[in-house]
Amino acid sequence: MGSITLEHVNKSFGEVEIIPDISLEIKDGEFVVFVGPSGCGKSTLLRLIAGLEDTSSGHIKLDGEDVTGAPPARRGLAMVFQSYALYPHMSVRDNIAFPLKMAKTPQAIIDQKVDYAARTLNLGSYLDRRPRALSGGQRQRVAIGRAIVREPKAFLFDEPLSNLDAALRVNMRLEITELHQQLKTTMIYVTHDQVEAMTMADRIVVLNAGNVEQFGSPLELYKKPANRFVAGFIGSPKMNFVDGPEAEKHKAHAIGVRPEHFTLSTTAGAGQWAGTVNVAEQLGSDTFLHVEVEGLGLMTVRTDGDQTFSHGDKVYLTPDANRIYRFDAAGLAL
Amino acid sequence: MATRQTRTLARTMMAPAVIVLLIWMAVPLGMTIWFSFQNYSLINPMMTGFAGWGNYEYVIGDPSFTQALLNTLLLVGGVLLITVIGGTFLALLLDQPVWGQGILRILVISPFFVMPPVAALIWKNGFMHPGYGMLGHLYEALGLEPVDWFAQYPLFSVIVIVAWQWLPFATLILLTALQSLSEEQREAAEMDGANAVNRFRYIILPHMARAITIVILIQTIFLLGIFAEIRVTTGGGPGYASTNIAFLVFRTGILSNDIGAGSAGGVVAVIIANIVAIFLMRAVGKNLDA
Amino acid sequence: MARNVSVQTKTGFTILAWAVALLLFSPILWTIVTAFKTEAEAIAAPPTFLPLTFTLDNFFDVQDRSDYIKHAWNSILVSVGSTLLGLVIAIPAAWSMAFAPTKRTKDILMWMLSTKMMPAVGVLIPIYLIFRDLRLLDTVHGLTIIMTLINLPIIIWMLYTYFKEIPVDILEAARMDGAELWNEIVHVLVPMAIPGIASTLLLNVILAWNEAFWTITLTSGRAGTLTAFISSFSSPQGLFLAKLSAASLLAIAPILLLGWFSQKQLVRGLTFGAVK
Ligand SMILES: Nc1ncnc2c1ncn2[C@@H]1O[C@H](COP(=O)(O)OP(=O)(O)OP(=O)(O)O)[C@@H](O)[C@H]1O
Ligand SMILES: [Mg+2]
Repeated sequence: MGSITLEHVNKSFGEVEIIPDISLEIKDGEFVVFVGPSGCGKSTLLRLIAGLEDTSSGHIKLDGEDVTGAPPARRGLAMVFQSYALYPHMSVRDNIAFPLKMAKTPQAIIDQKVDYAARTLNLGSYLDRRPRALSGGQRQRVAIGRAIVREPKAFLFDEPLSNLDAALRVNMRLEITELHQQLKTTMIYVTHDQVEAMTMADRIVVLNAGNVEQFGSPLELYKKPANRFVAGFIGSPKMNFVDGPEAEKHKAHAIGVRPEHFTLSTTAGAGQWAGTVNVAEQLGSDTFLHVEVEGLGLMTVRTDGDQTFSHGDKVYLTPDANRIYRFDAAGLAL
Repeated sequence: MATRQTRTLARTMMAPAVIVLLIWMAVPLGMTIWFSFQNYSLINPMMTGFAGWGNYEYVIGDPSFTQALLNTLLLVGGVLLITVIGGTFLALLLDQPVWGQGILRILVISPFFVMPPVAALIWKNGFMHPGYGMLGHLYEALGLEPVDWFAQYPLFSVIVIVAWQWLPFATLILLTALQSLSEEQREAAEMDGANAVNRFRYIILPHMARAITIVILIQTIFLLGIFAEIRVTTGGGPGYASTNIAFLVFRTGILSNDIGAGSAGGVVAVIIANIVAIFLMRAVGKNLDA
Repeated sequence: MARNVSVQTKTGFTILAWAVALLLFSPILWTIVTAFKTEAEAIAAPPTFLPLTFTLDNFFDVQDRSDYIKHAWNSILVSVGSTLLGLVIAIPAAWSMAFAPTKRTKDILMWMLSTKMMPAVGVLIPIYLIFRDLRLLDTVHGLTIIMTLINLPIIIWMLYTYFKEIPVDILEAARMDGAELWNEIVHVLVPMAIPGIASTLLLNVILAWNEAFWTITLTSGRAGTLTAFISSFSSPQGLFLAKLSAASLLAIAPILLLGWFSQKQLVRGLTFGAVK
């Protein structure tokens, strides 16, 4: 069991208000990702849930029980840190066993659980090593191992993959997702990488300056962003925004078009907007064109990787009429 | 970090240290100040009652005080001069590529670990004794008249002994500071065409300035309290020739059993130390933020 | 240190450095060799360098005359006892200041440092009188208390600078793993800080061992430490140079060895972390 409820949680450090007022309901077994730009308060929110910081006001409930004032040790949550935070003076085995020792678990059960965790995470051959003798990916697995043995109500991850190289990051992403499917325990995962957010989450919380901009499933956020911030943050490459007369044609203050929602033509006049290719980023599978559109500015356009473009090529763009996002003056979606 | 709970715990855990030090600082110091305004002698129990500034007038008015104050300044200043200049020179030397650097360091640092009375006795008997001290032998070998150091130059002799003890400290700290000057910085300076003198003047010295300040301040704190070296060599004499403030307080308070006057001297010593302390705290405090 | 220098330069510096170092070391060297000479040889003119007749008698004489072993034992009790007591008080305090700092932490640290600057003579008389009335004069435990108090600021400061280098994440991980404060300190912080704690221990044993104000003023016969022991050799009593050397060597040897191991820590400890 592990449902987590935040009620009007507020957090200030001294005079500075970091989180004005957040209410959230995370269901048992859900995989929730907190995303947002750097400094928006993701880690702070996670630490509030963990009990490593206390709220300035508001309540945090675990399975309906108010734990606002409870110390981390009593909350029954497990956390995986960005720095892994392994105990350098203990072997991998002792690292994983530490929470069980703290809970005064009998040695036989400790051994059994450590073995299970080691098998699950492929750590068998490293159990007697010190953390310093492990690679980054192995260390992260140990940190996860340490978290799973105590069978927590929920897992909290704070950018666990950001110190790993790109290939390993993709692997670990899959492993964590599989782990979630296997354990079915609530997980809260903080990242600023929106690809991680989209691929892993059941639901995503988009944070900005300590406020929840939107809370919904990945596709909901992609298809129905609540406002301009979410629209710009979710999706890669970023959505193109246009305001002024062009937006007024759609009865909006601003409109947004995702790079993948253009029809592209090289035939003169065969498109709504004419532009010149500035840079073409060819990834093989796709090509991202940065097009200087007359009167509207720079736009990113995604096309398949078969056509080649070069600097100065004339192109004609037509936004997909059904997929134009409209925003009012306050940035809210219309 | 830190929840309210952690902060409460933290306060509790800090309490013993704070309380113990608070008592240690406040109670005896308060008593010293109290005594310093009392007529209080262990020899003459009839002498009691409020003394006003009497003890201070007695202590400060006595020529021994002026002498002790001057001696204190000479002792501190002399030792600082020798150790800072000598320490800088030694640090620069030990920082050069030489054979046996490890052993050299051990040899140079050793005097610091010699307890003050031993240092004083070795110098007094083994080196400065006019009859069989090594310096006496040396003077004789050169055809000179051996000097009775402690009789003729008592304060200077004490300065030599104390400087010998503290030179390693200055050297070690300056060497540490020197070695933290990165190789790149020096190489960059060499590339820029700076010669050895300019490198010392514009790169090394400014870098070491902070360390030198710290050496001066910390040594001053310790040097103001020099006691054992005087006790086992000259006993403060002849007359008051090698008595510093610390030793004067000991002489007045403990040897002559005049608690009131001794305490007044103690208060004066505290005031002098505080003036130095303020500067030291500034230097160290700045470092806390970094 | 991979500066390229010619062999000549290196030789030159080596000779100079060794000459200066040996000069500084000579009083200690003199003590070592004289300790093994006979009294007659010790004062012979011209002096000999190595003992002609090697003798250990001086050491036995010193033990007979002044009971070295008793004083050494007192020194050990006071220096180790006061350091351990200091660590017990300082570890929790340093934990608080390093990991749960408040706006006042810096002021408290500075204030602790300032207590170290109070000259001993400023409080000598009251302490002397208090000790006299509490019958603590000339007792090992009385001296241990004083030594703890004078070194406590250094112990706290050193631990504080070492603790600051431990990532707070790891302590938080322990908290998440269900460790209460006691376990966090005993199972995580202390083992991680062992090198720093050992350095602190070492330096403070040295400082307490060599402390020569309180040990001399507050003890006489029973609780005398080695500083008091050696001070009893300060009045000349005929031919005694070799015995003095033997006594000196006995008094400094243990700490000299420890000192060689703790040079680096010394810098950090005595500069309150200002020079590392
Ligand atoms: N202990 C603290 N005291 C004061 N301000 C803090 C403290 N911890 C965090 N902050 C501030 O709170 C804000 C949010 O920090 P937080 O670490 O939650 O951001 P984040 O979203 O996790 O960013 P990142 O993606 O860079 O990790 C930042 O402006 C930070 O400076
Ligand atoms: Mg963060």
